[in-house]
Amino acid sequence: MSVDKSTVARIARLARIHVPEERQEKLSSELNGILDWIEELNEVDTGNVEPIASVTGHSLPRREDVVSDGNRVDEVLANVPETASGFFVVPKVVE
Amino acid sequence: MSDLLSLSAVAARAALDAGEISAPELTSAYLAAVEETAPLNNYVAVTAERALDMAAASQTRIKSGEAGLIEGIPVGVKDLFCTAGVASTACSRILEGFTPTYESTVTANLWREGGVMLGKLNCDEFAMGSGNETSAYGPAVNPWTGADGVELVPGGSSGGSASAVAARAALLATGTDTGGSIRQPAAFCGIVGMKPTYGRCSRWGIVAFASSLDQAGPFSRSVADNALMMQAMAGHDTKDSTSAATPLPDLMAALDKGVKGMKIGVPSEYVMDGMDSEVVALWEQGQAWLRDAGAELVAISLPHTKYALPAYYIIAPAEASSNLARYDGVRYGLRVEADSLDEMYAETRAAGFGEEVQRRILIGTYVLSAGYYDAYYLKAQKVRRLIKQDFDTAFETVDAILTPATPTAAFPVGRKVDDPVTNYLNDVFTVPANLAGLPGMALPAGLNSDGLPLGLQILGRPFDEASLYSIGRVIEDAAAFSAVPQRRAGGAS
Repeated sequence: MSVDKSTVARIARLARIHVPEERQEKLSSELNGILDWIEELNEVDTGNVEPIASVTGHSLPRREDVVSDGNRVDEVLANVPETASGFFVVPKVVE
Repeated sequence: MSDLLSLSAVAARAALDAGEISAPELTSAYLAAVEETAPLNNYVAVTAERALDMAAASQTRIKSGEAGLIEGIPVGVKDLFCTAGVASTACSRILEGFTPTYESTVTANLWREGGVMLGKLNCDEFAMGSGNETSAYGPAVNPWTGADGVELVPGGSSGGSASAVAARAALLATGTDTGGSIRQPAAFCGIVGMKPTYGRCSRWGIVAFASSLDQAGPFSRSVADNALMMQAMAGHDTKDSTSAATPLPDLMAALDKGVKGMKIGVPSEYVMDGMDSEVVALWEQGQAWLRDAGAELVAISLPHTKYALPAYYIIAPAEASSNLARYDGVRYGLRVEADSLDEMYAETRAAGFGEEVQRRILIGTYVLSAGYYDAYYLKAQKVRRLIKQDFDTAFETVDAILTPATPTAAFPVGRKVDDPVTNYLNDVFTVPANLAGLPGMALPAGLNSDGLPLGLQILGRPFDEASLYSIGRVIEDAAAFSAVPQRRAGGAS
């Protein structure tokens, strides 16, 4: 599995990172280097092995579905690059 | 002044309670030390005024007999921890100017126990690195100097933390460890670093890198100081759903238990091709120390060791690509204006994230993308289970495991590396403990022929940090490591 320039462009778009065309070649070779090395995992027989996502050994705790926090508009907006009337402001998304 | 800097945290606590020194005195000495060692670039922000206020409050509590565990002790905080009212940037441009309105649980615990905050410490951007060279603030430098005076990295990602503690610019410091980011810098700087069991310290308020691997832990110059800080920072927290309710035993009581009758495993797979012979010799020396102290050394096998790093470099970037999706130029931090929302995201993230962070997000995005998920991500999760099972099996016969902490001593700042994989190999001995969620301690055990510190690592059963402190104390006593770095505060040079 090899990552070419167009694959770099595709995953960069998925990751919402602008990667200029002149950097795509270098990135594709770096990513290929990492992926080649990762291929080592194919030596391991994992036929009957269940994947593991967490090592905690305990199930996630549950609590009552009630409001336990809130009314912190000022705190939530304290670091916002652009705000208006208590809202986040983003570039226009509808015509 | 330098007398104050040579006190351990445990000794400083006793001197504070006895009224031999005062908290403001101790904090002032450390603030001067921070200034003196500023060329090491280990602090990204110094909170002098806050430190003096906190020290004055500590003094009042000491006088009224209400002292906490680390009352009056000056502590540095890795910039990955959110601190209320103090900029917290994960050493990334994308969090430029971000000032949290809340305090991370770990730092809140430290302040509750009387810790005095000196400032925020340099680290690799979003904790992604092994040399503190990916920081937006530039590299932190190791207070130990290489041959011909060459500047060395302090390790990473918690490089500023390790550098500051080793240089006596902090008595204690917090770190985080996702693949070795506490243990590797501790080894490079000749100090003690502990990554506790996953779930021991709350992750709430710590900038997330790879959530199933991230753990906070303490840096100190002695094993006893480390136990003291661990006792203050750990604990169950309902704000982190992966936080463990397992009670923390009295770690200070574990310090003098010794290792008589303990079985210590020595994994054959930790002998790697091209490993520094001095590292191997030190490892053998460590085994001899423990044997002399009454432990039984047992050869063990952890057959999937060589697959830990490649599995890690799938799992960690995958989790990172998801965690770092939140940096969108909308809610906080940097924003680069553009005509459309999508372009604004892409331009903001291109300008805000450094090269290594971008590389890892792209890898993570790739291994999670349609068509590759099973081949990479699921495969890595299966290998992760096998790695954990290796340890489970080993811990049926041994109480702890002894390994080298790093394959080499600290390397020069700015070392040219063509291939990112070369840098990743630094974490070969530390990554397995993160994948398995185990506690691991690195501590200094000797110097190499260049006069640079080398460390040993002790791995334990889940939630058995206490045994690591017992073993660590025995190694510390046997090693009698008394060497000090050239560029320390109060040093003659």
